[in-house]
Amino acid sequence: MRDLRLAIRAGGGFGLGLAFFLIVVVLVPFGVGPEREVLARIAPGILWVAALLAALLSLDRLFALDWEDGSLPLLATAPLPLEGVALAKAGAHWVTTGLPLTLAAPALGVLLNLPGPAFGPLTLSLALGTPALSAIGAFGAALTVGLRRGGLLLSLLVLPLYVPVLIFGAEAARRAAEGLPYATPVLMLAGLALGSLALMPFAAAVALRVNLR
Amino acid sequence: MLDVRGLAVARGGVPVLEGVSFRLSAGAALVLRGPNGIGKTTLLRTIAGLQPALAGEVEAEAETLAYASHRDGIKATLTVAENLAFWAEVYGRTVPDDVWEAFDLHDLRDRMGGTLSAGQTRRLGLARLGVIGRRVLLLDEPTVSLDAASVRRFAGWLAERHLGAGGVAVIATHIDLGLDAPELDLTPYRADPHTATGGSDEAFL
Amino acid sequence: MSIWEYANPKKFNETTAPLVPWLFGAACLCLVVGLVWGFFGTPDAERFESTVKIIYLHVPSAMMAINAWAMMLVASLIWLIRRHHVSALAARAAAPVGLTMTLIALLTGAIWGQPMWGTWWAWDPRLTSFLILFLFYLGYMALWEAIDDPDTAADLTSVLCMVGSVFAILSRYAVNFWNQGLHQGASLSLDAEENVADVFWVPLLVCIAGFVLLFLALVLMRTRTEIAARRIRALEARARAVEARA
Repeated sequence: MRDLRLAIRAGGGFGLGLAFFLIVVVLVPFGVGPEREVLARIAPGILWVAALLAALLSLDRLFALDWEDGSLPLLATAPLPLEGVALAKAGAHWVTTGLPLTLAAPALGVLLNLPGPAFGPLTLSLALGTPALSAIGAFGAALTVGLRRGGLLLSLLVLPLYVPVLIFGAEAARRAAEGLPYATPVLMLAGLALGSLALMPFAAAVALRVNLR
Repeated sequence: MLDVRGLAVARGGVPVLEGVSFRLSAGAALVLRGPNGIGKTTLLRTIAGLQPALAGEVEAEAETLAYASHRDGIKATLTVAENLAFWAEVYGRTVPDDVWEAFDLHDLRDRMGGTLSAGQTRRLGLARLGVIGRRVLLLDEPTVSLDAASVRRFAGWLAERHLGAGGVAVIATHIDLGLDAPELDLTPYRADPHTATGGSDEAFL
Repeated sequence: MSIWEYANPKKFNETTAPLVPWLFGAACLCLVVGLVWGFFGTPDAERFESTVKIIYLHVPSAMMAINAWAMMLVASLIWLIRRHHVSALAARAAAPVGLTMTLIALLTGAIWGQPMWGTWWAWDPRLTSFLILFLFYLGYMALWEAIDDPDTAADLTSVLCMVGSVFAILSRYAVNFWNQGLHQGASLSLDAEENVADVFWVPLLVCIAGFVLLFLALVLMRTRTEIAARRIRALEARARAVEARA
């Protein structure tokens, strides 16, 4: 909790991910044309991909600030377990990125002519999926924390790991948009999110310890 | 309080020091000496548990060690008071009132961490040690970028408040802090590249 | 005498030095026999015509693409648990080979898919899974390249390999869920006769043996190269240490 507050204050770039999300969503109609039917068809997928990229954008700052100012070895020798630090960092990333994205998604759904029945499931799938994105991202950020040009590598490492989350998340929204039952992908997504939150902090802490050596 | 026996340490997989032993009882300090690159930082990091030792043992009471590196871990977007409060919280404590006086931070309380000068940042980083309440301090060049008056102030705090209260300190430094402490020259402990064991490259030689 | 003796780089080098040429020879023999037999010695299948013959490249490379990752996972675990350098280096050595196998499987799949399905690429679950596997290989290799310290790199890539394996399996299920595909089911299983007639099956087995041998030969050769590079690094580090001491 205390780390959360600090990370929010120190994180900066609170609105950056959100602005990026908005811009991507605005650019899509320029690319594919303004036909409402086409946009309605691709809206769930576009919103999910854009949210995923926006979440990715701020990942490389997750541990980098603590690495640069020397807090990380101090935190590693503090009585807090490093796993807890990693979880708190992922939580802070979610509060500053995933949560705003989730809240903004319905508004941007209007821009893309997202079908009415899909608004609720889209928001729900983002609410479930973005914590998983943050937790997986924390692991990627921990792997690349000491590297000079870690940002690009981080994307290469993290994006393949995001595939299942993206598939189940976008699938839930897409099925809802087409009036199909969407409980299965939502449940799978919830499972993924819980699994990631439970296990990724441990993997991230292992990677941090190795990097601090 | 701190017992180091036959410690061998490596930097980047290459053994740098071997057979380092010392023992500090309550109130004692030890100053590490030796030329640049001898492995002072590596030794302190190993004692702190940040990296594994090649050989030997470090014995200290649980949850007593604190390590302070060249860098202070000061958040630019938090005020001085908030920075200290954060570290106090991490260690489950509150900021004691005497810290402001001891490290001359009264006037800086509400300044942002990012606006401090190098010396002021360092003072704040050292004040962290006064906040976290750890009894075994491992200090790596604590006086870098401090002016003479601040060095004296810090040495005074270390001698009276820390060592005087039964604490222990291992200090790697090139300047004379004016402490009544024995010095340990690390030069004789330099690992012999031909005989040193335990390096990660060893199997390949 | 324990198997771990071979984890010593010197012992490993001594043992594998005579093996590599034999492995290469056997791989070449199997591949030549299997491919010639497969291409020219089998009749054209009714439904597929002659295009079916690309399975002699496609199936073995696809199998090795997955098996290489499995081998990397085992080697990574051995490194994390027992800290044998050769194990970590073998995992590193296997990655580009696995990547190439994945690429061959994808390319031959595309070449086969064009006449069969009328398209070079379809977002079929199997194809998609292999594309994701390809990305995993890329990321794994990029992480190895990015980190200077060999032990740190070995640790981090091992953790990535473990986490990646879990997510690769998850991706496989997710992709199946996402799109029911065009791809036929596995054409090779224990009851293979039901799927593929013997005339096709025997040369296919020879080709698979050839690919396995080729994989082993390449991984051993690359591991020996990695060991040599580490040895150079170690000798240089010692020379620097001696210099600093003098």
